[in-house]
Amino acid sequence: MASLLHKEYEVVRDDYSRAGKVSSDIKRTLSAVGISPAVLRRIAVASYESEINMIIHAWGGKIMLDVMEDGTIQIVFKDPGPGIADLEKALTPGWSTASEKARNMGFGAGMGLPNIKRVSDEFDIQSSEAGTTLTLGFREKT
Amino acid sequence: MQAREIAAALHAEPLHIWNEHLLTKDYTAAFATDLMSDALAMIQTSPEDTVLITGLCNSQVLRTAEMLDIELIIFVRGKMLGEEAMEIAREMGFNIYRTDYTMYTACGILYSLGLRGING
Repeated sequence: MASLLHKEYEVVRDDYSRAGKVSSDIKRTLSAVGISPAVLRRIAVASYESEINMIIHAWGGKIMLDVMEDGTIQIVFKDPGPGIADLEKALTPGWSTASEKARNMGFGAGMGLPNIKRVSDEFDIQSSEAGTTLTLGFREKT
Repeated sequence: MQAREIAAALHAEPLHIWNEHLLTKDYTAAFATDLMSDALAMIQTSPEDTVLITGLCNSQVLRTAEMLDIELIIFVRGKMLGEEAMEIAREMGFNIYRTDYTMYTACGILYSLGLRGING
């Protein structure tokens, strides 16, 4: 399926001062193409949590946004490592490996991945020592 | 409870007023936390009518509010945003106050005046 709109962003490890800028741009971009506020909010929450995860846990990475021709929105978060050691635990509410610095920024409550999964219509995560790829899909409810 | 009533009850000082029309808007709930992950996970219904009360004072509070469409933020314990965060605040659509009350006291005052939590 063809993508009507494609954007790519770089995320830098431990760059807390810019954390959230990508998700802010994604929210504004999708608002401009007419995505409804309720869906937009779900996308923004999932994108922001995922972006924060890349900054806190990964060695940076790339975020790719696509608006498909059938109206679905796909966001892929791809990092080069170090991977999630125990994916099952990472999806358990309250479980966290966040650093003290991340906690001081207001994150590391262990709600990130469970919350991302909750607000997404499609959720796929693949992780190894070579990196993690998180693919999220969203669509307007009919 | 109107924003201006909330500010008066907390003897709060405005840090940034984006929209004066919102000062007379009724807010139906409040959520207090220093963990933005919890705010992102738990504020699911009508965040635009929810007041965020926090002692965390950095740009991630503003980003969290932006993602959730929260309009009114109260910083407790007399916290002040840094200049970098204030720059972000000016670009966004928030009304922001600070109060010298602790989070516990601020919540108690607002609850006693009828402003309930997100779950009633």
